[in-house]
Amino acid sequence: MRGLLALAAVVLLAPLALANNYHYEIAILVGLNAIVCVGLNLLIGYAGQVSLGHAGFFGIGAYGSAILAARYGWPPLASLAAATAAAALLAWVVGRPILRLRGHYLAMATLGLGIIISIVITTEDRYTGGPDGMSVPPLALAGFALSGERAWYWLVGALLVATVWLSLNLIDSPVGRALRALHGSEVAAEVAGIDSARHKLLAFVLSAAIAGLAGALTAHYAGFITPGKATFLHSIELVVMVVFGGMASTFGAVVGAAVLTALPQLLTVFKEYEMVVFGGVMMLTMIFMPTGLVPTLAMLARRRR
Amino acid sequence: MNLRTWFAAALLAATAAVQAQAPIRIGSFLSVTGPAAFLGDPEQKTLELYVERINAAGGVLGRKLELIAYDSGGDAEKARTFAKRLIEQDRVDVIVGGSTTGETMAVVPLVEAAGMPFISLAGAVVIVEPVKKWVFKTPHTDRMACDKIFVDMKARGFSKAALISGSGGFDKSMRAQCLGVAKNHGIAIDADETYGAGDTDMTAQLTKIRNAPGVQAVLNAGFGQGPAIVTKNYKQLGIAQPLYQSHGVASKQFIQLAGDAAEGVRLPAAALLVAETLPDSDPQKKVVVDYKRAYEARFKQDVSTFGGHAYDGLMLAVEAMKKAGSADKARVRDALEQIRGYMGTAGVVNMSAQDHMGLDLTAFRMLEVRKGDWALVQ
Repeated sequence: MRGLLALAAVVLLAPLALANNYHYEIAILVGLNAIVCVGLNLLIGYAGQVSLGHAGFFGIGAYGSAILAARYGWPPLASLAAATAAAALLAWVVGRPILRLRGHYLAMATLGLGIIISIVITTEDRYTGGPDGMSVPPLALAGFALSGERAWYWLVGALLVATVWLSLNLIDSPVGRALRALHGSEVAAEVAGIDSARHKLLAFVLSAAIAGLAGALTAHYAGFITPGKATFLHSIELVVMVVFGGMASTFGAVVGAAVLTALPQLLTVFKEYEMVVFGGVMMLTMIFMPTGLVPTLAMLARRRR
Repeated sequence: MNLRTWFAAALLAATAAVQAQAPIRIGSFLSVTGPAAFLGDPEQKTLELYVERINAAGGVLGRKLELIAYDSGGDAEKARTFAKRLIEQDRVDVIVGGSTTGETMAVVPLVEAAGMPFISLAGAVVIVEPVKKWVFKTPHTDRMACDKIFVDMKARGFSKAALISGSGGFDKSMRAQCLGVAKNHGIAIDADETYGAGDTDMTAQLTKIRNAPGVQAVLNAGFGQGPAIVTKNYKQLGIAQPLYQSHGVASKQFIQLAGDAAEGVRLPAAALLVAETLPDSDPQKKVVVDYKRAYEARFKQDVSTFGGHAYDGLMLAVEAMKKAGSADKARVRDALEQIRGYMGTAGVVNMSAQDHMGLDLTAFRMLEVRKGDWALVQ
């Protein structure tokens, strides 16, 4: 609970340090990535399953909402909900048979699924605008369009706090304990009477829905979307954020997303060495903090005491 | 007047003087790394080179130019974030950049809202059609390439053509444009084949085209490796009809990749490719030869049309500032719109309120590969 309050305080106080719309933009992107990572962390950190296709769900949310709103004239809130539901439904349909298998089958299946979604988005240019992308109408409710970085900041900030709250509650619930038991030992968990497939499916569908929602929000916020956000590369970026921040740590996912979204912006001072410095920071963190940023720092703090 | 007011007045005068001397800030975001690096890399080099040269010659309106460039890696979202950074944080006076259509279109809503003159270096027609108040662009469009090719086909007495295209953004956009304008030129497209991005053999598609009755010429709308493979397969299958390529492969690399098979292939391209072989009477010769020599002397690599687009973008911005007599955004925008008869590497630019690109078909030259080099088709 203390962590949640701290996060809420950070969201509330951050605007004091945000001098212009560009700063707000970075804060919003951090928030949107953090939302996806908190969801993905439920799957990777707690259910012990790796998804290499989360950008696909992000893409379904983004393009689903964009197409329904731009091409079929749906009100953006309805298209947002429909696109989120579509991402969840697809995860459920795909996850049901696959999650009965053991090992890394989910990783392989999501890898394939993500690539298929990315190819469909790139080739179906009548609907998606193809590789050059498409425009997306702004988010509006009863005639009032949500525009401006400040308004979006508060929306994304509130959603981030809500997602973290949801995640923390879930982890502390019987479902969360079952998930953690699964991560520890699937056999032992099943012996204890936990339906492993059902719980893994729940985590998978939930994380896909959250990715879809964040995707749809990103599309409406940016006003323009390209297939780049649905590619395999973006899937990897999301997994890296979770691992970097610390698996099985909700706040780790938030910190990972924040650092990896903001760092490239700070590193532009290195010009052509930007990528080298970025890679160096990643490697050093993984070598000296193998469990991720937040769990390592938490452990150090405990040891001090 | 006491000492304090004196001091304040002096300070005020000093700040005013500094303000007058403050550099004009040119913002840019380019795909210097990533899949579109072949666009962004020469563009960035060109901007750096010419900002340096302009400053060495005394700058613009007595002020130096300052280039602030970011690498978007071809990612539209990054491009948008950097554009926001240029507008909000760096407070640039004009933006010259956007290597790809996706990056450009992602930034359009921002510059329109901020009132920032923006000269894009990307190809597609959608950037300037419909006209957007603050958005201009320097490269030719794919529709112009289609027009140029169909005009040449018609001149050779062809009326039935086949189309083969890749699945990238450039390929798809050009295919759509060509299908759209073919009728205007009285050309019927009798076969329309596509290939995937990573395909290494296009014989199947070309065999279909060969078997289509009455096809007199074949047009390949493509980018990168694909067109070189198409050209090779075309020769292997012994297809006799003339083959046209697009401006997307207008670089020496294409001839190297396709080898002998490239002989006789025609394509529309900017004059830059044949800079030195242009007749001296050509009004564009001086511009393209100067740019080519400056670029090649500095970077020891072949000049490309993409770098030329950045040259045109920067020069148009400078020209507009000189015309406007200031770097004020609204006045620069108005001046940009009024530029007529400016000679760039892409051709003569005649901007207007209806046309924010300002190029016509004379900007393209029809080239043919002869003995492993480009030759002008008269």
